[in-house]
Amino acid sequence: MLQYPTWKKVLVLLICLAGIVFTLPNGFYGRVEQANDARAALEAGAAPTSEMTAALEGWPGFLPATLVNLGLDLRGGAHVLVEVQVEDVYAERLEALWPEVRDALRDLRGQVGTIRRVETTPGELRVRIGEQAAMNAAVDAVYGLTQPVATLTGAGARDYEVRADGDELVVTLSEAEKTATDNRTMEQSLEIIRRRVDETGTREPTIQRQGEDRILVQVPGLGSAEELLAIIGQTAKLTFHAVEQVTGEADAQTTGGNLLFPAMDQEGVYYILERRPVVSGEQLVDAQPGFDQNGRPAVTFRFNPAGGRAFGNFTAENIGQPFAIVLDEQVISAPVIQSHIPGGSGIITGNFSLEESTRLAILLRAGALPAEIQVLEQRTIGPELGQDSIDAGRIASLVAFVAVMVYMALSYGLFGLFANLALILNVALIFALLAIIGATLTLPGIAGIVLTIGMAVDANVLIFERIREELKNSRGPARAIQLGYEKAFSAIVDANITTFIAAVILFAIGSGPVRGFSITLGLGIMTSLFTALMVTRLFVSMWFDARRPKTIEV
Amino acid sequence: MRLKLVPEQTNFDFFRHSRLTLGLSGLLIVVSLVLFAVQGLNFGIDFRGGTMITAATETEPDVGDYRRTLGALDLGDFTVSRIYDPAAEITGSVPNQVAIRIEQTDDDPAIQADVIVQVKAALSETFPGIRFLQTDSVGAKVSGELVQKGVLAIVLAVAAVLFYIWLRFEWQFSVGAVAALVHDVILTIGVFSLVQLEFNLAIIAAILTIVGYSLNDTVVVFDRVRENLRRYKQTPLRDVLNMSINETLSRTMMTSVTTLLALGALYVLGGEVIRGFTFAMIWGVIVGTYSSVFVASAILLRLDVKRDWDKEEPKSGTSFADVDA
Repeated sequence: MLQYPTWKKVLVLLICLAGIVFTLPNGFYGRVEQANDARAALEAGAAPTSEMTAALEGWPGFLPATLVNLGLDLRGGAHVLVEVQVEDVYAERLEALWPEVRDALRDLRGQVGTIRRVETTPGELRVRIGEQAAMNAAVDAVYGLTQPVATLTGAGARDYEVRADGDELVVTLSEAEKTATDNRTMEQSLEIIRRRVDETGTREPTIQRQGEDRILVQVPGLGSAEELLAIIGQTAKLTFHAVEQVTGEADAQTTGGNLLFPAMDQEGVYYILERRPVVSGEQLVDAQPGFDQNGRPAVTFRFNPAGGRAFGNFTAENIGQPFAIVLDEQVISAPVIQSHIPGGSGIITGNFSLEESTRLAILLRAGALPAEIQVLEQRTIGPELGQDSIDAGRIASLVAFVAVMVYMALSYGLFGLFANLALILNVALIFALLAIIGATLTLPGIAGIVLTIGMAVDANVLIFERIREELKNSRGPARAIQLGYEKAFSAIVDANITTFIAAVILFAIGSGPVRGFSITLGLGIMTSLFTALMVTRLFVSMWFDARRPKTIEV
Repeated sequence: MRLKLVPEQTNFDFFRHSRLTLGLSGLLIVVSLVLFAVQGLNFGIDFRGGTMITAATETEPDVGDYRRTLGALDLGDFTVSRIYDPAAEITGSVPNQVAIRIEQTDDDPAIQADVIVQVKAALSETFPGIRFLQTDSVGAKVSGELVQKGVLAIVLAVAAVLFYIWLRFEWQFSVGAVAALVHDVILTIGVFSLVQLEFNLAIIAAILTIVGYSLNDTVVVFDRVRENLRRYKQTPLRDVLNMSINETLSRTMMTSVTTLLALGALYVLGGEVIRGFTFAMIWGVIVGTYSSVFVASAILLRLDVKRDWDKEEPKSGTSFADVDA
């Protein structure tokens, strides 16, 4: 009566077995983690040590060793969400275009008359010309500088838009170019943040782009988000400039070819610098923390050949003059050039602590961020609290588990035991799936599992109650069991689909904790459907076939 | 002998006082809305922006000392509260914890990373050996988006459910189910407004799970109603509804109790971090179970279902409804 084709039996049992096997490593988390680390180190070519061998022996190689990733809230670490100010780059692009525009218009000086750049908002370049009548010619000339942008939609788009506004010529980035620039900026930022975080030697950092202009950085095991921000938050744009004048006025008059930057350590000291840098951080090939002659922390650096030559020539021509080392629009120091510095290496001194000089060296090696970044969210979870959460989650899950199982056994007897066995398999399957798809288990995720424990029995309850009813209607045991499963099916499917809809919406819209919860809830619904409809049914039918009882009590 | 919460055969009339119960639900909804309007919710930093620091000291902390130390820093509004974990004995969580919440002082979209550094430095000086267990800081820009997303998630979930039930049953069922859902969501918000527990992202997740759970419950009852409507074509709707609810009562209690057992364990032992979440869930399970009968079914009774069902359920839209019926 309760036929179950052999292939189906085998398949269900195999899936259950796979679930248990893939869950197993998570029961020995620390040991498996060490074995995995040792194996990875050996594969990377490290010399085997006795500790590594011991770690390897801790977990046999033929067993699966995929672990469920623990979220930051469980293992502790730092989490930072930043926004890249992608618009910064537009201004830089226009700044770089200005000399070209000037030259193009100079060629037409006979027609357009005087050319003067007008100060305006950062997103546009405005040039006033003397002869308004020649505006069309001027626009055409500047348009000649633009280049086509390859886009999927905007065929024929150019990188800059040129228009006339009275006697002013306005150049802006086109929408297509803005999108392309944004993407480039984001990719560069991701790359540089990754390099900086890698330099600190932390393990398994997550660095992800989120949405249009955001980057999420998660570093497990890091002491605080502040430390992380110190590494990734700084633009670290290094330039060397010729100094024109030192002044005490914050609003000193400067011309278009000059810059006014404050000193980093001295209050009220400002430097007027030549706008064009002599060399910049991009031309660095190496930077290391070191010490100056007086034994104070400093950063030593080396330029690439082109940078070295430019720096060498500059120092040769300007002996006795000061030059400024500028980091993120602040003058670190402005030493006086004592002699020609050939060879392209040098030292940056300032009021550094050892920590600061080490950090600056890392930042310079990894390179400058293409744009400034702004912090939107920062979170730190201490390892203690993470361990607390794991412990609390473990105890709560166990208690929930035992309570539900006792209750089920008391209510349904033997059938309750079948359901309990299925419940254990259910949790094993959730963990196996989490490990296989590489999902991350968070504290809300544990809550999702605990909730699943409570709700997973629902499908079995529906079935058992239905079998009871059918028995009451004086059906034979086999028929009652069969009808119980059949009639409970639509309620089970409807009930689970509705909860599943909620889980999917949570996953799609939610972020962070909500998402972690939705993953385990969704997986829990799938596995509990499987265990209720397939596994307990298999147990019941195997028991029934073996015993052939005349009457049953559910 | 089996443990049975509900006798084998029950014959309650669930609609004898339906006017009263519906009125009560309506009243509670109004009270919840008024509470929400008057005292609002105690939004966490996820939704309001700001900084939250959990710290622990070796010795029993004096909240006054914390207040004095932080007060000297000119941070704007801040609150310090002691965290008690009643289950600390069992779970062995870190003792002597305090929570410090610092409000965002201006509209700067970026958070004040400097403030955190400053606060931690000052506290480390006053309380040597202090450990910072958790620091969360959310800028106004992100928190605004999180509010939008949270509301959107709830609205979308309810809409999707409305559609699904309409597809699987009749529109009257759909209205009944959604009325129950809205009832549950509003009452949950009401209770959070009443007790002023922190309302954060996790609570949104809890509300969505309540939506799923409450629906689960309603659907099981409705499924039986549909079945009985087909079987007893002449029986008045009220009797069919009562019969269906009585038949599923044992299952309803069973599932509610198992879920509450699991949630109870989580509430007591799961630690401070998810206590608000489990509180919402426990409340939601109780309210959700109540509303399946006294809101969803009562509204279904009032709306009346058309009874000219064909012998065979039309295939469209219900292709897997009765695969084996």
